[in-house]
Amino acid sequence: MIVRHRSLLILTTALTTGALTLTACGSRDNNSNKGGGGNTTVTIGVDAPLTGQNSATGLGIQYGAQIAIDNANKNKTVPGVTFKLSAKDDKALPATGQQNATAFVADKSVLGVVGPLNSGVATQMQQVFDTANLVEISPSNTSPELTMGKNWQTNPVRPYKTYFRTATTDAMQGGFAADYAYNTLKKRKVFVVDDKQTYGAGLAKLFIKGFTKAGGKIAGTDHINVGDRDFATLVTKIKNSGADLLYYGGQYDESQVLTKQLKDSGAKIPLFGGDGMFATTYIKTAGKAAEGDLATSIGVPVDTLPAAKDFVATYKAKKYPGDYGAYGAYSYDATTAIIKAVAQVAKDGKLPADARQQVVDAVQKTNFQGLSGQLSFDKFGDTTNKQLTVYQVVNGKWKSVKSGTFNPSN
Amino acid sequence: MNTLPQQLANGLFLGSMYGLIAIGYTMVYGIVQLINFAHGEIFMTGGFGALTVYLALPHGISMWIALPLMLAGGALVSVLIGVGAERFAYRPLRGAPRLAPLITAIGLSLALQQAVFNWYPDAKSARVFPQLAFGPYHIGSITIQSGDIFVIVAAPLCMAALAFFVRLSRTGRAMQATAQDPDTAQLMGIDTNRIIVIAFAIGGLFAAVAGVAYGLRYGSVEYDMGFIAGLKAFTAAVLGGIGNIYGAMLGGLVLGLAEAMATAYISDVPGMHQLGGQGWSSVWAFVLLILVLLFRPQGLLGERVADRA
Repeated sequence: MIVRHRSLLILTTALTTGALTLTACGSRDNNSNKGGGGNTTVTIGVDAPLTGQNSATGLGIQYGAQIAIDNANKNKTVPGVTFKLSAKDDKALPATGQQNATAFVADKSVLGVVGPLNSGVATQMQQVFDTANLVEISPSNTSPELTMGKNWQTNPVRPYKTYFRTATTDAMQGGFAADYAYNTLKKRKVFVVDDKQTYGAGLAKLFIKGFTKAGGKIAGTDHINVGDRDFATLVTKIKNSGADLLYYGGQYDESQVLTKQLKDSGAKIPLFGGDGMFATTYIKTAGKAAEGDLATSIGVPVDTLPAAKDFVATYKAKKYPGDYGAYGAYSYDATTAIIKAVAQVAKDGKLPADARQQVVDAVQKTNFQGLSGQLSFDKFGDTTNKQLTVYQVVNGKWKSVKSGTFNPSN
Repeated sequence: MNTLPQQLANGLFLGSMYGLIAIGYTMVYGIVQLINFAHGEIFMTGGFGALTVYLALPHGISMWIALPLMLAGGALVSVLIGVGAERFAYRPLRGAPRLAPLITAIGLSLALQQAVFNWYPDAKSARVFPQLAFGPYHIGSITIQSGDIFVIVAAPLCMAALAFFVRLSRTGRAMQATAQDPDTAQLMGIDTNRIIVIAFAIGGLFAAVAGVAYGLRYGSVEYDMGFIAGLKAFTAAVLGGIGNIYGAMLGGLVLGLAEAMATAYISDVPGMHQLGGQGWSSVWAFVLLILVLLFRPQGLLGERVADRA
């Protein structure tokens, strides 16, 4: 017994000493961050789904930011400041996103966060960042409510001063898709399905509004659950409704299975969706069934942007996982906006006490030529670059068929 | 166009798949009174096992040759994992209070899911599953896919084989005896441990067939496909009367049909538009379960509820 007690004592002592040493290391690091000139480390957080649902797109955001940070460090964009990326996985779950937000806020070296991917996750993170005056720039959130409040159509009020996005909103995307479906594809009867999430349901609603306004008919509507795989019954309903197009508000995880079952059933109508299903995974999984399907996405295709050539080459050369096609360039621009803001705030590699607040103010005044075009933010925190593109699956690849801007008041 | 025949067929295909998985729940419960919540994951590993075999075969091989090998590979994986779970996770807890093996089962389910997620190549998103090249066929107003044909052929065949096995073989009769009274069965010279292993093995075998059916029908397998499918199959087993193999298949069919009917027609009932459609299909399936359990607590074909429950 005595022996065992002694060994337990030694173990406890060792653990305590170890823990104390680690704590000491941590605090010393923090000191060097704030004090001595020369080398301050600024962390830029990334929050996106990095595993499971939506992870292909989420990883594209992470590594888009990584390239921006590597470039800033290589070119010494901010003298005396080294940038570091800290990526957290939100699994596309709002609650996890909120936990990550709290963790970013608690880390004093974080001066800005890029993300999240999902609008539903963003709603749970905005408040946390706003209270801490920490800037958040999403490369992909498209729900209009995030920047203009609940009554965005009648009385837009910006709810959070620290939230920005480099993505256009669904107010543009849903209408842009409806316009393309009616005027270019000459579709007249559409069946609309959504996944009941903030993003999907919002997009479907705006599509319906735009499409009926143009003069089209809605053949029917239905909702699915995230994670559903058997759509046989729904597909029979769609086929029987006589619709000439299926519009889907949601992510690729469900739509890639839905389109396969739709085509298998013999319904020869294309599936049209939003940027949530604009991913190569969609084509890989759906195979031949994806042929002819359409998706709108924010901005113009990354591969066609002359400014993004180096970005794409770097992404490919480094063999980063994930899919940069949809948001990689927007994530790069969002990260660059934070880096440029830090450059204005930092004096000789030293950060002021209210660095976070000053970064928010500097981001608001952002104005530079990014990969996706001229980047600046309006009074709501939305990007002033409101370009959208319709993509279609042609020979197993997403091909841009129409780019342009959309004015919802038309 | 009248969609009723097509919707009934859709429900039947889905239900057959539920039934195949439900067999695993019901066999294990019938013999050791354990709800093996890891069974959904055994189904999932069956799908991945079959996919692995396909990927190992030379590229472009005919599915007529590949499919039997895939079934064998999937079954091998599922059976090994099912039997392994019994041997290393459940057997040590056989004398323990009921809650202990139940929680072990939930833990095992999470562990298997995460293992595939982390270690199977590219399993972090859906993995494309090979497809049968023939079909679809049109019979009257019904369209049948190749994957549906697989499940509609495989499910009755498996059921018939199981029925013969349980009724006529020596081992089958030993299983029935163990289910009725494990202690007496042991006194009569039946090796109950062996019977329990066989129950897990048969459950795994059926789960693998269902896993292949899933891959063929939906075109992909995912690491988390066992969760919802497992839950539905468990519901099917309870609906049909847990412990009864025919009940499991019947419960699966009833559940599949109920989901299809709810998706297809409830939204057309005046005033019910908001409560119908695909998004509500599971809700109606569970309403049905509650109703059945209210009026027939032992399930559709269940029996001897007194010493269970």
